[in-house]
Amino acid sequence: MALLEVNEITKVFGGLTAVDKVSFKVEPGEIVSIIGPNGAGKTTIFNMLTGVYKVDNGSINFDGKAIHNTSPQHIVHAGIARTFQNIRLFPNMRVIENVMIGNHINTKYGFLDEVFRTPRFRKGERECAQKAIDILESLDLGDQIDNYAKNLPYGMQRKVEIARAIATNAKLIILDEPAAGMNPQESEELMEFIRSLRDKGHTILLIEHDMNLVMQISDRIYVIEYGKKIAEGLPAEVAHNPRVITAYLGSGGISKDEE
Amino acid sequence: MKSIVSTASNFMHKNKLWLLLAIIAVLVILPFFGLSSYLIRVLCMIATYSILALSLNLITGFMGQTSMGHAALYCIGAYAGALFSTRLGTNFWISLIAAIVVGALAGAFEGFVTMNLSGSYMTVTTLAFAQVVTMVAQNWTSLTNGPLGIKSIPRPTFFGIELTTNNGGLYWLVLAFLILTVLFVTAIINSKMGRAVIAIKEDELAAKLMGIETKRYRIAVVAIAGALAGVAGCYYAHMSRYVDPKVFSFDISMTILTIVIFGGLASIPGSILGAIIMVAFPEALQFLSEYRFLVYGFILVIMMRFRPQGVLGGLSKQPYKLPAGVKSKAREAAAQAKEA
Amino acid sequence: MIAQQLVYGVILGMVYALLAVGYSLVFGILRLLNMSHGSVYAFGAHMALMAVTLTWGLPAAFIFTIVATGVLNVVINNVVLAPLRARNAPNITLLISVTGVSYIIQNGLMLTFGSTRMPFPKIFDYGNITIGGVTITSTQLSILIVTLLLFAILFLITNCTKMGLAMRCSSQNPKAANLVGIDVRKVVTFTFFLSGMSAAVAGYMIAGYYEMVYFTMGTAAGLKAFAAAVLGGIGVLYGSVAGGVIVGIAEAMATTFLGSNYAEASAYVILFLVLLLKPSGLFGKDNLEKV
Repeated sequence: MALLEVNEITKVFGGLTAVDKVSFKVEPGEIVSIIGPNGAGKTTIFNMLTGVYKVDNGSINFDGKAIHNTSPQHIVHAGIARTFQNIRLFPNMRVIENVMIGNHINTKYGFLDEVFRTPRFRKGERECAQKAIDILESLDLGDQIDNYAKNLPYGMQRKVEIARAIATNAKLIILDEPAAGMNPQESEELMEFIRSLRDKGHTILLIEHDMNLVMQISDRIYVIEYGKKIAEGLPAEVAHNPRVITAYLGSGGISKDEE
Repeated sequence: MKSIVSTASNFMHKNKLWLLLAIIAVLVILPFFGLSSYLIRVLCMIATYSILALSLNLITGFMGQTSMGHAALYCIGAYAGALFSTRLGTNFWISLIAAIVVGALAGAFEGFVTMNLSGSYMTVTTLAFAQVVTMVAQNWTSLTNGPLGIKSIPRPTFFGIELTTNNGGLYWLVLAFLILTVLFVTAIINSKMGRAVIAIKEDELAAKLMGIETKRYRIAVVAIAGALAGVAGCYYAHMSRYVDPKVFSFDISMTILTIVIFGGLASIPGSILGAIIMVAFPEALQFLSEYRFLVYGFILVIMMRFRPQGVLGGLSKQPYKLPAGVKSKAREAAAQAKEA
Repeated sequence: MIAQQLVYGVILGMVYALLAVGYSLVFGILRLLNMSHGSVYAFGAHMALMAVTLTWGLPAAFIFTIVATGVLNVVINNVVLAPLRARNAPNITLLISVTGVSYIIQNGLMLTFGSTRMPFPKIFDYGNITIGGVTITSTQLSILIVTLLLFAILFLITNCTKMGLAMRCSSQNPKAANLVGIDVRKVVTFTFFLSGMSAAVAGYMIAGYYEMVYFTMGTAAGLKAFAAAVLGGIGVLYGSVAGGVIVGIAEAMATTFLGSNYAEASAYVILFLVLLLKPSGLFGKDNLEKV
């Protein structure tokens, strides 16, 4: 059974159908990408996946359980964590604290433990900090723990965001346009980095409007246009699909995916 | 000059515990230096406002929600304590527990009402809450005795000894409350809850999407703040032996908020320093008589212009304090580099 | 009886609305709770008193009051707030600054004019009009007319002039407004002048209505008007007018049926209930947060 199964989800804003009966699947250990021009409805799909928006129709099953229309918190507990198109770290907190917040739901001690500094509290804090450090070190960010998130360069902030998502123990990490705002070389490095995450055993769902970026690393790709799924398959298949080429290049061959 | 400051701050950071113990020791023996009962009273008010400021700092400094109605929780705590002591004749300590519980419940209610609000809407709702509380205190005459207030509240006793400003008892009592409050606030801030609360200030939606039950924390924090304000209120009622609705006006709410911001948002020593300045200043400025609130206004404006983070606010430059037993390669490398 | 109270409520509400509009104007553009507005209103009333006692005649006194108060508000903006905005200071910093300003104005008034209540001459006193058992004094009627006139002017300015367009642009997105060539600083200055002007009119009217002026007169009225602005959806001008009228009527009704002690807090009780049901106020827009 697939890790994530999305069945014909639909989202309507006012009279506009932003997402129209889109279905897709993610198997454990895969990198799956959802691509499409700007405004195709990708981020809306993500927001439904993470519980920010309600699903108007259809269902989302994760790990065998329906998770649509629950709460964002419930979905994190179920095992989905995300990053944001416009980085949303906690800017005035340190890198290590940001990642420790990712581990919040796995830190098991109560209010009284905090107040009385019980052994349970100390053990919990130790484990939480150690886990954050281990994750950061595995992503080559071990020397950044004391820095405030807002002081890091952009690319590094992106990685810390991913580290924070990993710290939730998510079974599926979803990345919303991780290369947004990066130059080609930085994007390239980031894609390598994402591939290395998969090699460490993480399952990744990626949203991207730049098709070329995800070609190299995706196991499967879904293409969305105007809220509808227009193609799916292996990267090579998708790249040669005439509808995809039209969507991306326009019928006249003029690029209209850049605003 | 800069280096002297940074050396001093490093020194203070390294010897924090000893410095704190020394300060506490001095504070404890202070009444033996023959301070006047007026001065002791000023010190008691500083401590009371410190507790109130620490309580509001949880909401405003750490959680980032500006409250302009904190006097409401103070008022509720004071009335709860006063009513228990006068109507039910309970001793101070039972009244204190009652004030804490009632304060926490009132805080939970305020937190519940405001949990979906942000920014200015949060601020104005807290203001409205305070106004409504004052109205209830004014008009529910059968319970609160209305505008006349509650008189002859008995002084606190400790093992049969009546605590007054003359014997220093009231001072030691509030000092103990303040120390406990500092320990309590420090404990909850340096924990999972503290991180979650600060995350709410930084980015509430992102916090939610990390699995933090933001609404639950927003209610809990205001409830905790309410409990602390309850302590301050109950103490105040038994110290001054008299409460009426006017004591908890909008000006008091603004004074508490000003203390928090002046001392430094999210700074625990800042709240205490802020209380010292804001309470002692008008007293010390008495020679200015009617000019002092003008001066007070100018101080606020100038402070916000040149040091908006408050006297002790701002981000710490010290390395993050890892819990004992946590291993970090970067830290080990730094330690080795220092040895070599 | 109820109709009579309704009239009182509407008149009172109009003045709250005037003050509420002043909050809303500034909030719309700066997202700032201008806590000094109540004191600015008290300042306006004192200026009116000064002008009237110097027997300049009503029109001259009126214009002097408006200009002086408007200028004060511009000074507050340019001297206190503009430097903070230039530094991108957080909202709470500005909030405390205007609170400080409020102390300065209030105590400045006390030092200049003394701390006692001073009598203010009746304005527009030409007797009463009775329609169907409801009596309206000419003062009330003129308050109604002047405030309605002022609202008409404000709406014309914001909706039909180039400056109004610039104001609306700047309130939607100051950065974008700057990019398309709008001098946002000028717009903010103008907004503060308008806000001060409306406070002055309110000060003048209330001083004439209650025939009294005192330095703390802005505190309670300012807070209530502020509640009215938020209740209507702060930043939305017609919302503030509606909020003001609602608060005025509620207060008049509460005075009649519950007693004046309850009246003082009726604005806040309504505000509380409205925000519980609609967190952005009656006419405020719910903003869907973007992810």
